[in-house]
Amino acid sequence: MTRIPLSAMIGLVFTSAYFLAAIFAGLIAPYGMAEIAGDSWEPWSRTHLLGTDSIGRDLLSRMIWGGQTTIFVATAATILSFTIGSSLGFLAAVRGGWVDQGLSRWVDLMMSIPSLISALVVLSVMPVTLPVLILVMGLLDATRVFRLSRAVAVDITVMDYVEAARLRGERQGWIIFREILPNALSPLVAEMGLRFIFMVLFISTLSFLGLGVQPPLADWGGIVKENREGIIFGKPAALVPAFAIATLAISVNLVADWVLNRTTSLKGGRG
Amino acid sequence: MVHPILKLVAQRIALGLVLLWAASVLIFVGTQILPGDVAQSILGQSATPVSLANLREELGLNDPPLTRYLNWAGGVLQGDLGTALTNKKDIAEAMGKRLGNTLFLAFWAAVISVPLAVTLGLIAVRYQGRWPDKVISTATLATVSVPEFLLGYILMYVLSVKFSILPSLATINDSMNFGEKLYAISLPVLVLVLVVLGHMMRMTRAAILNVMQSAYIETAELKGLRPISVIAKHAFPNAIAPVVNVVMLNLAYLVVGVVVVEVVFVYPGMGQYLVDHVAKRDVPVVQACGLVFAAIYIGLNIVADVVSILANPRLRHPK
Repeated sequence: MTRIPLSAMIGLVFTSAYFLAAIFAGLIAPYGMAEIAGDSWEPWSRTHLLGTDSIGRDLLSRMIWGGQTTIFVATAATILSFTIGSSLGFLAAVRGGWVDQGLSRWVDLMMSIPSLISALVVLSVMPVTLPVLILVMGLLDATRVFRLSRAVAVDITVMDYVEAARLRGERQGWIIFREILPNALSPLVAEMGLRFIFMVLFISTLSFLGLGVQPPLADWGGIVKENREGIIFGKPAALVPAFAIATLAISVNLVADWVLNRTTSLKGGRG
Repeated sequence: MVHPILKLVAQRIALGLVLLWAASVLIFVGTQILPGDVAQSILGQSATPVSLANLREELGLNDPPLTRYLNWAGGVLQGDLGTALTNKKDIAEAMGKRLGNTLFLAFWAAVISVPLAVTLGLIAVRYQGRWPDKVISTATLATVSVPEFLLGYILMYVLSVKFSILPSLATINDSMNFGEKLYAISLPVLVLVLVVLGHMMRMTRAAILNVMQSAYIETAELKGLRPISVIAKHAFPNAIAPVVNVVMLNLAYLVVGVVVVEVVFVYPGMGQYLVDHVAKRDVPVVQACGLVFAAIYIGLNIVADVVSILANPRLRHPK
């Protein structure tokens, strides 16, 4: 068994803590999501560990419920973007020719507009609901996944064992799922971590701009938006999500780094 | 015979123009042909059939899509971006001043961040693996992990509320002189600098480290040059193309980062204009803003490619 380095261990612990808190939000949150539990902007105390927000809701509970929304949306969007991006990427690499050209040029075009701007343009005409947000974020991000998985798969399709599989007459589905996918998995898993973080930042930014998760649902970007006025009066409630997002981002990064290093050293070992 | 470099540059610019055209189609399609009725989503669920029909007429939604696109694109080419739905004002007029403000903000962020990132990158390479390198890398990783709006609030909380050094809101108007304006935008500029600095510095470091493995670097080291002049005179000129590329990509990113930072600091620029009108579902304004942002983004990418073509001596002096 390989030993897990300390940095990856820390990353794993924090990442799983955030995910567990999100899954069991209903059990661990001391107050309800929209329950008014005190005065506005109470300082940190024993009854309200992180104080209260602009209208007196318990901030710790808001953070836990908000984490649930943020992590759920980010996870769903990541899964969507990976499913679409990697299957199209592999398809482009295996088929080549006009399929590859068509898909690649389309992705070039999508990436020529910054994704935040594209999202804002689309959200100006679509209703802002969770499924729409997940769909928009997932589709915009699928372009990045497409690029990576195509690049990885192109290297694999020229390998002898893929050639062998082709010669013995395997179908395209077999080549993609049984030959390419297992060998492309580790860079994709590492990338998945980074894409997940990007999704967390993306949904937080949209919510902060008022165009993401809509109240009364809580999410980390929305908590910043609700408490931003407090900053001027020296109430740091809006900074709490900053800490949550930053620690989540760093810990997922640590895990992704480890996955990536582990696989590259594995390849080196094989010669 | 045309110089091959001219041909390459011309090709790249033509490609950029095609891309810009395609992006304008995409923006138009994104707002007009998506499932769901634009008029319905502007007016909301409580709309009466008569008001819906009126708005459709006003937006020209009864024309076929191609006609609508040609009308819109034709107007844009003549500098007519249409009128806003919400206040019936000319969009180009309202946008002009805001675009100036945004570019002012992005310009100063670029002026500070680019030399700083390159210098820090050089220092990190000079002391590679030792403490200055590690400090710079860790600090930049931290700034990359926090979204720009939170970075904005953290700095606002520390610098303007706790220590009252800098103004918390970046309100500027015409009566302010240049120095006052600069002071007003100091916090947003700082945020933007921190946001792009990390990525730019890391990529600069990687680009120079890549060159450092070449044989001529070893020669330079063996003939006894000081490490800093090896990097500055031999490694850096050969890393210019990738560095310029990274710089341009980050400047393009800056233009987008501005959207969020402007909202944080209530700065009267393009970003706030866009976000306000997305919330109001003012489609013509959103289209116009989207197009301008896409044009700037694509333009900077073209510049990046052209500069890296020009910086390549193999292309400059063909055999």
